[in-house]
Amino acid sequence: MSTGISSGRGASGPGTRTAYRLPTLSAEANKNVLSLLRLIIIFLIAGAAVSSRLFAVVRHESIIHEFDPWFNFRATKVLTTDGFYRFWNWFDATAWYPLGRAAGGTAYPGLMVTSGAIYNLFHSLNIPVDIRNICVLLAPAFSGLTAWATYMFTAAMKDDAAGLLAAAFIGIAPGYISRSVAGSYDNEAIAIFLLMMTFYLWIKALKDGSALWGVATALFYFYMVAAWGGYVFITNMIPLHALVLILMGRFSSRLYVSYSSFYALGTLASMQVPFVGFQPVRTSEHMAALGVFGLLQLVAFVELVRSHVPSKQFKLLLVAFVVAVAALAFGALVALTYAGYVAPWTGRFYSLWDTAYAKKHIPIIASVSEHQPPAWPAFFFDLEMLIFLFPVGVFLLFKELRDEHVFVIIYAVMASYFAGVMVRLMLTLTPVVCVSAAIAMSTLLQTYLDPKEPTPVVEGEGTDAVEDARSSTRASATTTTAGSRRAAVAESLSSTDSDLLRPASPVFGGSSSKFGVFGLDSRFFVTIYSLLLLLVFVLHCTFVTSTAYSSPSVVLASRNADGSQHIIDDFREAYYWLRQNTASDAKVMSWWDYGYQISGMADRPTLVDNNTWNNTHIATVGKAMCSNEERSYPILRKHDVDYVLIIFGGLLGFSGDDINKYLWMIRIAQGVWPDEVREIDYFTPQGQYKVDDGATKTMRESLLYKMSYYRFNDLFGGRPGMDRVRQTPGPTKSPELDHLDEAFTSENWIVRIYEVKKPDALGRDLPGVKAFEGGKRRKRAFALPAPAAGGKK
Amino acid sequence: MPPKGARASTSAAAKSRSSASTPASTSKQSPLSTLYNSYVDNTPKRLKVIDAFLVFLMLSGIIQFIYCALITNFPFNSFIAGFASTVGQFVLAASLRIQANPENGKTFPAVSPERAFGDFLFGSVILHFFVFNFLG
Repeated sequence: MSTGISSGRGASGPGTRTAYRLPTLSAEANKNVLSLLRLIIIFLIAGAAVSSRLFAVVRHESIIHEFDPWFNFRATKVLTTDGFYRFWNWFDATAWYPLGRAAGGTAYPGLMVTSGAIYNLFHSLNIPVDIRNICVLLAPAFSGLTAWATYMFTAAMKDDAAGLLAAAFIGIAPGYISRSVAGSYDNEAIAIFLLMMTFYLWIKALKDGSALWGVATALFYFYMVAAWGGYVFITNMIPLHALVLILMGRFSSRLYVSYSSFYALGTLASMQVPFVGFQPVRTSEHMAALGVFGLLQLVAFVELVRSHVPSKQFKLLLVAFVVAVAALAFGALVALTYAGYVAPWTGRFYSLWDTAYAKKHIPIIASVSEHQPPAWPAFFFDLEMLIFLFPVGVFLLFKELRDEHVFVIIYAVMASYFAGVMVRLMLTLTPVVCVSAAIAMSTLLQTYLDPKEPTPVVEGEGTDAVEDARSSTRASATTTTAGSRRAAVAESLSSTDSDLLRPASPVFGGSSSKFGVFGLDSRFFVTIYSLLLLLVFVLHCTFVTSTAYSSPSVVLASRNADGSQHIIDDFREAYYWLRQNTASDAKVMSWWDYGYQISGMADRPTLVDNNTWNNTHIATVGKAMCSNEERSYPILRKHDVDYVLIIFGGLLGFSGDDINKYLWMIRIAQGVWPDEVREIDYFTPQGQYKVDDGATKTMRESLLYKMSYYRFNDLFGGRPGMDRVRQTPGPTKSPELDHLDEAFTSENWIVRIYEVKKPDALGRDLPGVKAFEGGKRRKRAFALPAPAAGGKK
Repeated sequence: MPPKGARASTSAAAKSRSSASTPASTSKQSPLSTLYNSYVDNTPKRLKVIDAFLVFLMLSGIIQFIYCALITNFPFNSFIAGFASTVGQFVLAASLRIQANPENGKTFPAVSPERAFGDFLFGSVILHFFVFNFLG
């Protein structure tokens, strides 16, 4: 400590005491160097953000990954080949086979239009890039923009230093990378950028009270609405912020100008998206924004009148007026909702509040794995040290509590709750965690890198004097804001230190008070420790991105014993078999998970797909899968099904196969036909879900079970095979299929495709035909040569 | 939206009729007439022009809403477009009035009256683009 003080004495003039010497530059040069550094850092962060998302492309290939992106990719191809107007009115006759889907009006077009615009831009510059590569690399490109938007947002909260830290955090935080690796061509790829940009513009509009920035907020809000269904989060966050500001007594004309211009334009703009339509005036999700808009008009009016009317009673009357009208409007809203003019919450949003609702009433929502609540380790896995800096940042914001800080605090509370309810919403939590952690970390670093030494206590003084001095400085520190302190420092510097003209540092703002950090050693340890934390954060993020989030679900990779990689490519093998060996209008029935991939890769019409808009149709497929052959064959015939595709992981140990999803099929079918499909029939009397010989009769005779284990024992020489997912032996005797023919089974038996037999030409039932061909004559069988049944088309 | 939007515009219009003047002296008059008198006396002429525009917009919105409520809302998008154009224009004009009011100078350090007018023009152009797109 003493060395620090002495070096501090040697370093600086008599006015300020510093622990180490800062480089002395003129104010101009200082500014230029800082802005150059800022630019370089932002570009490096963008580079890190892009390059850490390329693991999957470098390791495997440049393809679209999950299920949903395949629809987006197909829609983008329609946009780029047929033009914008065809895309806008695109009716997809190959999806939801008998029904079709008006895809142009039931999708958020922002993502497709964005990549279509980039495609056209590149082609107009004579850079002929394939649309697939644009789609694959769109998410990494936008992650760079997200880093920039987060920088702007955080800089508006605190300062540039915190902004740069926040940009670095969000650039590599796994919570955001998980949804934006190269190949993940999903709505979230651009949505998080738009979210941060909208929030930044809102803060800017609120600070300036400018209608221009309010309109800009509305325009980015419009873009966000066109891009992602999560725009409802913005629609409720901004009104909530405005409402809390009003309740805190912080209403100002700036709030009126910014919110009103944002709401009036943003709402009208959001209604231009066909998928949204009249929802902003008709559904409960949007009523908060409308209510706050009305309340704001009322409060603005009353505030003005109140300041001009002297009578105290009249002022009281005005307050009563606001409360009464607000209560009346709320009552009217409730009445309208009950009367049916305003639609209540949709199931997806309602299940965020009543967490048991989806499982009870809408199994299709609960069946999606990312709609489950996360466990604690997920937070540490996705956000590492940010998760424990996050509350610190919120606390620091509470201490200063400017209008915009209220926004971050509300955002933090709401997003934490939602992320706690649903794994998927970790994505909206990540930005605020980065912002808040950056504020905490930069406050820490600024305190310990600040070279100013506190004035030491004179030796003659007693401890009482020290206590007095401390309490007095504390009192003064709470009253003065950082800005005024900074100004005071600059003033004192220019007045006392005229020979050493050092500009006031834009980063370090503390005055030389009586308490602070003494010496170089404490500074050194804390700084090194923080740097270590930051470095470990980078290592963790890279590790998580590389191991957990960079695997294309289309290709399965496994390691051999010697470390070499073994690629399992059964999905594409099967899809391309469908594409090349079946009629172009052959209908493929599968569970809805694979709908988008089949139409994207195999290019065949499907019955159901990942856009789960028609629950009954999905339940029909579920019923066909879980009934016995005699009952499901008519269903297949009525829907013109030519092929049935199932996923079976029992041979390889691929756990996401259809037998494991089977219970959801049964539940969804049970929801529609409770007296034909009963979940309890698939469990043994002891309540076990078994696939071996102990399985129930209903289970053993169901179509999916038969298709899964058909010829399974042949692989094991006729003995019962080992199912490596369920870790039990399979059935002792392979099931027989009467109404279906095995058409294709992929190399590792992951995808099995069955062809639906045509009805017999002689009108016999299909089991009878099979028995006849097998040589087992029936009593009344015809003495005719057997027709070639089940021939390929 | 319709009922509350209409109420919102009436209340904000009433605000426009109130004055941005200094507190009037305590007299025996009712507070409402105090308000009216001080508005007539103390409001600059250009703000009164904006107020006249605001009243016109409010009346237009009310008429549209009454038509919708009493007769038909059949082309609902046309009603929304027309009504949103009056509400949006009202809000933008009210914002202009607040920002251009010399008494609010210190509330808006970043916005001069000329800049406020520029913002108003920009917002109105964007608004009417969306309105025409939505009329159908």
